[in-house]
Amino acid sequence: MMTAKTNRHWTARLAILLPYGWLVAFFLAPFLIILKISLSQSAIAQPPYTPVFDLATGWESLKDAFSALSLDNYASIVTDRFYAWSYGKSLQVATVSTAILLLIGYPVAYALARAPRRWQATLVLLVVLPFWTSFLIRVYAWINILQHDGLLNQALIALHVIDHPVTWLATDQAVYLGIVYSYFPFMVLPLYAALEKLDDTLLEAAADLGAPPWKAFFAITVPLSLPGIVAGALLCFIPIMGEFVIPDLLGSSATAMIGQTLWMEFFANRDWPVASALAAVLLVILVTPIMIYRRREARQIDKAR
Amino acid sequence: MAPLVTFERITKRFGAFTAVDDLTLAINEREFFALLGPSGCGKTTLLRLLAGFEMPDAGRVVLETQDLAGVPPYRRPVNMMFQSYALFPHLTVAGNIAFGLKQDALPKGEIAARVDEMLVLVQLSGLAGRRPDQLSGGQRQRVALARSLAKRPKVLLLDEPLAALDRKLREETRFELKDLQQRLATSFVIVTHDQDEAMALADRIAVMDRGRIAQVGTPTEIYEQPSSRWVANFVGNVNLIEGRVAQVYPGFVTIEREGLRLRVAQAEAVAPGMSAWAALRPEKIRIAHDVPQDAVDGAAENGASGVITDIGYLGTLSIYKVRLDSGLVLKAAAMNESRQAARTVRVNDRVWLSWTPDATVLLTA
Amino acid sequence: MRRFGSINLTSLALGLAFLYLPIAILVVYSFNDSRLVTIWSGASLRWYRELFNDAAMLESASVSLGIALLSATAATVLGTLAALALTRGRRFGGRLLFSGMIYAPLVMPEVITGLSLLLLFVAVDIDRGFWTIVIAHTTLTLCFVAVVVQSRLVTFDMSLEEAAMDLGCPPLRTFLTVTLPLIWPAVASGWMLAFALSLDDLVIASFVTGPGATTLPIRIYSEVRLGVKPEINAVCTIMIAVVAAGLVVASLLTKRSQARNEQAAALGARL
Repeated sequence: MMTAKTNRHWTARLAILLPYGWLVAFFLAPFLIILKISLSQSAIAQPPYTPVFDLATGWESLKDAFSALSLDNYASIVTDRFYAWSYGKSLQVATVSTAILLLIGYPVAYALARAPRRWQATLVLLVVLPFWTSFLIRVYAWINILQHDGLLNQALIALHVIDHPVTWLATDQAVYLGIVYSYFPFMVLPLYAALEKLDDTLLEAAADLGAPPWKAFFAITVPLSLPGIVAGALLCFIPIMGEFVIPDLLGSSATAMIGQTLWMEFFANRDWPVASALAAVLLVILVTPIMIYRRREARQIDKAR
Repeated sequence: MAPLVTFERITKRFGAFTAVDDLTLAINEREFFALLGPSGCGKTTLLRLLAGFEMPDAGRVVLETQDLAGVPPYRRPVNMMFQSYALFPHLTVAGNIAFGLKQDALPKGEIAARVDEMLVLVQLSGLAGRRPDQLSGGQRQRVALARSLAKRPKVLLLDEPLAALDRKLREETRFELKDLQQRLATSFVIVTHDQDEAMALADRIAVMDRGRIAQVGTPTEIYEQPSSRWVANFVGNVNLIEGRVAQVYPGFVTIEREGLRLRVAQAEAVAPGMSAWAALRPEKIRIAHDVPQDAVDGAAENGASGVITDIGYLGTLSIYKVRLDSGLVLKAAAMNESRQAARTVRVNDRVWLSWTPDATVLLTA
Repeated sequence: MRRFGSINLTSLALGLAFLYLPIAILVVYSFNDSRLVTIWSGASLRWYRELFNDAAMLESASVSLGIALLSATAATVLGTLAALALTRGRRFGGRLLFSGMIYAPLVMPEVITGLSLLLLFVAVDIDRGFWTIVIAHTTLTLCFVAVVVQSRLVTFDMSLEEAAMDLGCPPLRTFLTVTLPLIWPAVASGWMLAFALSLDDLVIASFVTGPGATTLPIRIYSEVRLGVKPEINAVCTIMIAVVAAGLVVASLLTKRSQARNEQAAALGARL
């Protein structure tokens, strides 16, 4: 095939440049802008922040604009207890939800992987199908069930488990329920992919050497499915940290996760600089897990080459 | 002496397919036993029935005096070396070998000592800390062997253990395997489709065909006295000469067919007029240029004249295809004792083939 | 020794029940005649009729469909190219950055990507509306397409392309006549994934939308905040039906083309 680097055909160059350029323009550059805005001040103007970098106004005014940047917003984030609490709440919800997802998702993924081969494709399709329906719909479905006169209360009263309706909505539990429900496939699919690759003869060897099935599960199956566990955990934890819709619809003001706080600062208070600063800090918190995830994916491709 | 393992009228079916069909077999203590047969004959199924990964549909498997029905694989004093080795990729060599010992909750010191002992046994000391993906194929095979012997099982099962090795390594490992078995005084049951392997390693061989045992015996018995044409054909090369029984004498039988008269030294229950086969191994046939006098007269037994149509050169020996005057084609084999240029037999030469009466085996099946 | 015991069956059954129960309830109640979700007063198509008379809702649906079609197509083109670059391209400058940009959006919280894109559009002074949403969705979904196509390319037999080029076919034509026909199920499922993601997106669309570009999720969301409305049940049921039909069709297509591919491969091996 192609030998020297310089020998690359022009179509290949274009093939790389097109998506590359798009992503730099619409993914990378915006982050730099977030950074810049986070260093600005809010203003009653259009756009609602100062300073505004306008190349047309000349070099001097650009220099002035630069000097107007400050770390005020970051200072207020660090000092205001509400913001710290919001980040903490997000971390709590993300960690607990991921743990619940792992506990519930593992048995289902395991069952999928052990199912007869002919059915596996169909069963996986069944697990994935809800994911293809609208995310909003699925959260909304839970509102239907959890509201004060909703089906859950009706069922519980009919079964004589409770006497009068319990408040399910606008609680932390409702948020956990909604998150676990929505992110279920994100945990199950990576786990299934790892478990499905497990070599059955390894389990036979463990049994041959004296390990009863439950011991073989913990000594062989779980350690070898670790890559799937890590992938699933990352795929859930990172986006849950920034979740907005679920806590907004199912939670109360006591569940102000950072996604909601950001939204509120942006849309309600029109404080774009603070919202940007919040986003920047969230990014910093998430950078480590994102790097881990990215490096794993890159290594997967290289291994498969 | 009572056998160590008995299969009593074992039947195993997979759906509509019968893998093992009403099979009875006994394996003795300290025996190197081979299950030999073509793919699909049921030899691997039999192994797995003993290991506990399959349960028989009929019959029982008995180890010493214990009926193994319902006993799961992790409670049988039987260990298996898998064809793919099945080494645990997340454990080191030492971790793999120690795995079975840990299940028995042995004290740590004893486990460590046993692991070292095993490493010495398979000559892998010093590699204890490596992981399977850092080892060569031959090294992985030794780890699998060490792991399966660590618990000192009564019976060691080996599923095509040398299949993945290249030829040179295979031959070296064969000797080591045999040596190991004799030293450890354990029974080894090996499944293989490679006859050379079975003959070189085993004290006794069971040749299997489609779920049943065709013949059980020592390698010599199987090779020199096959009980049926199928066994004769499966193990090694053979000429199967079909003919009619002419006369039955005490101690031998004559068989005739067009242009050929054979005297076969065997007393099987045959009667004149029956059709029978004489099994004649190629290496038992002598090739000569000169036709003996009584052959010219047409009264020769165990001999025929023919023309060489093809010579297959295999280095140590050559296989000669000879077309007899009657049209029958025989294969003869002879060691290449002299170098190529000095060989006296060439294609299209007319030669005289001869053999002794006890070189043939009379078969009616 | 592949045993699918009762424990596994129970886990699977419970898991699937958990997933489908809320959706099933939604669908059932969309046919409920009563306005109150809690009381069943007979089956009717009342809410579907009201839905079709709701001009605003219908307009949002068409806006969403338009955006989804355009962004899915653009994302598929860009994502497929990106996947090719990732699996084929040898060391090119900035490759690390490139792969980072492909994988990061998959996990990035949507509030961050939405905010960043909005700020970009403001800084460059683009009027926000239909097209900004298209750009935003393309950016997000092209990463998903890249991942899907790349996982197919990794198992692709390169010797087919080499054979084509050996016979005189230049790279671009090779791609169009040899590679693409063989990987099209992956490309198609990438397109469908991008389409579904775009149709479903609420957060990013909310950030970058403008006047006259209210997508269906935005409208549903604003109505849901005011309380449960039976009309929403009807919308949701329709969306579920459409998606389910699409998925079934897609899986049938891929199964058939897979079978055909396997037959072709077997034939080729015999020749």
